[in-house]
Amino acid sequence: MSLFDIFRKRTTAPVARDRLQVLLAHERSVIGKSDLIALLQEEILAVIAKHVSVDRDAVQIKLDRGSSFSTLEIDVEVPLDAKVKKPTTEAGVPASA
Amino acid sequence: MGKVLVVTSGKGGVGKTTSTAALGAALARGGENVVVIDFDVGLRNLDLVMGAERRVVFDLINVVQGDAKLAQALIRDKRIDTLSLLPASQTRDKDALTIEGVDKVIAELKEKFDWVICDSPAGIERGALLAMRNADLAVVVTNPEVSSVRDSDRIIGMLDSKTLKAERGERIEKFLLVTRYDPQRAARNEMLKVDDVLEILSVPLLGIIPESEEVLKASNIGAPVTLNNPNSAPSKAYFDAARRLKGETVEVVVPMDRKGFMGRLFGRRVA
Repeated sequence: MSLFDIFRKRTTAPVARDRLQVLLAHERSVIGKSDLIALLQEEILAVIAKHVSVDRDAVQIKLDRGSSFSTLEIDVEVPLDAKVKKPTTEAGVPASA
Repeated sequence: MGKVLVVTSGKGGVGKTTSTAALGAALARGGENVVVIDFDVGLRNLDLVMGAERRVVFDLINVVQGDAKLAQALIRDKRIDTLSLLPASQTRDKDALTIEGVDKVIAELKEKFDWVICDSPAGIERGALLAMRNADLAVVVTNPEVSSVRDSDRIIGMLDSKTLKAERGERIEKFLLVTRYDPQRAARNEMLKVDDVLEILSVPLLGIIPESEEVLKASNIGAPVTLNNPNSAPSKAYFDAARRLKGETVEVVVPMDRKGFMGRLFGRRVA
């Protein structure tokens, strides 16, 4: 952190403006439409559950929404003895997913 | 045919009722025939801010339900005879307001008045939707503060989708009224600047009302600030805003209350 940054941090209004811009850009895109990140999260988990039995509580999901991009981190522990499920029928996703 | 104006915000406590009373009185002072309606059923306060709390006999719900004629429920202001108030009910359930009833009352008021100003309750529920439903114009009251700006953004979205005008595919005219603004704090980058708020919400500016002691003084007495002290800084800003509502082009300035010597010495408030 440079000396310049130390002085910059003291003013709070620019922080408020930046936080609002990020938040509202996201909220405007979500209201009325489905949220892409939430959709991805559901579908990725569904795909995993299709092949491996995974305890939903053992899945860690981290989400960070930014102004230009968001990151979605899904951390699934697959136990060694996890059995590969037989591929289900076309409809695919088991009810538990 | 009068114009219907809704004063709304989403967030509570930002100055909807104060602004409704001040703008209503400012327009009426300019010779317009104005009625202000309180839509905050159960938590009415416009009557108190206007100083008419002891004169309420019938209210909006009585009229909607046909228990009283509109003319019986309207309270004419004692200071300006072109200003009237239609109070909300303090005791009845807010579900007593029906869409058809509200539409009928507003249609009737539009015949009689140049301006029908609807003071919206806080929130985004039924009461707020009914207040904005018939609006031709909307004034979104916003404080330069993150939660107020976020809620205003939400309300702007609802104005564009949930009003009768929006449903007919027409555009509702929206204006931003920034209240409780402190230019000194904004200059020190401690408060969002008006330009920041305008950029974030992208709605044209109706006015900037400076933070002022005069607003509380006026509500203590029960008078719109524009009547109680027409020369005060917030009043000047409200009068300018009222002229812009009428379509006049008025340069936006932030009037400031003049401080005495002691005021200047100790004027920097601990915030």
